[in-house]
Amino acid sequence: MVNLNHGAAIVGIHEHQTRYAPDKSELQIQGESVIKALEDAGLTKNDVEGLFTASSTIRNSGLNLADYLDMYPKYVDNTTVGGGSFEFHLSHALTAIAAGRIKCAVITYSSLAKSGGISVGTGGVARFGHPRLDPSPDSFEEIYGLTTVGLYAMIARRHMELFGTTSEQLAEVAVAMRRHAGLNPEAQFRDPITVSDVVNSRVISDPLHLPDCCVITDGGGAVVIASPELAKDCKQTPVWILGVGEALAHQGAGKRDLMYIAAKQSHGPAFEMAGVKHSDIDMAMVYDSFTITVIETLEDLGFCEKGEGGQFVSNGRIQLGGELPLNTDGGGLSSNHPGMRGIFLLLEATRQLRHEFEGTERQVPNCNIALCHGTGGALGSRHSGGTVILGRN
Amino acid sequence: MPEWKKPLPTISGETKVFWDGCKKGELIIQKCDTCNDYQFYPRGICSNCWTTDIKWVHSTGRGKVWTYTITYQNRTPGFAEDVPYVLALVELDEGVKMFTNIIECDPKEVKIGMDVEVTFVKANNFITIPYFKPVS
Repeated sequence: MVNLNHGAAIVGIHEHQTRYAPDKSELQIQGESVIKALEDAGLTKNDVEGLFTASSTIRNSGLNLADYLDMYPKYVDNTTVGGGSFEFHLSHALTAIAAGRIKCAVITYSSLAKSGGISVGTGGVARFGHPRLDPSPDSFEEIYGLTTVGLYAMIARRHMELFGTTSEQLAEVAVAMRRHAGLNPEAQFRDPITVSDVVNSRVISDPLHLPDCCVITDGGGAVVIASPELAKDCKQTPVWILGVGEALAHQGAGKRDLMYIAAKQSHGPAFEMAGVKHSDIDMAMVYDSFTITVIETLEDLGFCEKGEGGQFVSNGRIQLGGELPLNTDGGGLSSNHPGMRGIFLLLEATRQLRHEFEGTERQVPNCNIALCHGTGGALGSRHSGGTVILGRN
Repeated sequence: MPEWKKPLPTISGETKVFWDGCKKGELIIQKCDTCNDYQFYPRGICSNCWTTDIKWVHSTGRGKVWTYTITYQNRTPGFAEDVPYVLALVELDEGVKMFTNIIECDPKEVKIGMDVEVTFVKANNFITIPYFKPVS
């Protein structure tokens, strides 16, 4: 295989500040983000040859976005595999650039999940209206009142049963994310919370309490990726793509052990391509749709043994200053979660690798290598996992 | 019969045998004649060996709760007024898991590994839905 390590770099980023934008359109938020991300890179509209986007709501998302921004990309990818879609996009953009098809790509996303009143986690099938169910798999699932929270709660329940994981350990994840959100002026929720606050709050789907679930916000962002040659001319320190891996996990016709998630399949190829070890990772952005997502992901990425995730996240290990700082923007649990969150993992990892927060508590000291892992869909039914390893050098 | 507010399955040619079985009070699943694998949900090909040598076979209708959650919030009509209810994955004796609700018991009595058996509820004149209840 062609060596893709250092085959492209992130050269521009923008995170839309909004968490509530009832007066904007989704395409407008994407457009504003793309323009700002290109400014950040020192590139222009004419440099963009590849367009990558995913949406739960925009029909023909790439086509409509190209129309809105009057772009004529020669490489388009709308891979939509839930919240982790953007790690897949980065992987595909890397491949397209390394193959010489394009020199520059933009990945972008937006959602008005908050102002649209979409109950992402608890709407059940009603969040899509009240549709005619597909003959399969929906007709064998939605008739039983599945919710997104419920599909993660079922995995949390079995994790507790098999490994003795506690509600307090799940809460440690929410507490860590909230502490980090306190350092991010744009985060949705910034007031500190305690383990006791979490375990004494309302249960949404047993055993998950309200603070075990991500926030619902509006928002969006964009990432600009360039070939090594083009990256040299960009304004910012390039953040290199060292390794990528993609995987899907599903019911396996009723026979798969759902306690192992896609991260177990996707991380090996990413680490191998990057040529790094777990101990080389300075910080990680792990998709935190729910607290259990983080515990399962850390286990299946290989940061700890299966079943030890609850202990791993305790005692400040995943907080700034700990062994493996996670989601230093406050994550989906406290900063933002506009329907899908994968793009924000890439944005914060890039900010950390650029040392944008140097001199403040939010900066991971000497941050040279970061890992992002996006999870999309639901652990209890079917989901995607995209691992990305990024480096400053 | 009261109006069924919950979402109803859409029955296709591919899945009709399953739903016809439910109407007769029988839980019918699939087994491949080539590789002998069971599969669920039903489909027109064997997802394991990709042949079409599918046999419809009667399940024992018994299994164990593989995992579950007590759902306290769901906006979907029919479920919104049904909370708290138990959403579960049941592993049948044949080794395949299926989504279901555990009914006819207090949600707090449900445990992982609990023995359960199928029970059927008529949604309307055309559709009957399989659920599970604790083995009596």
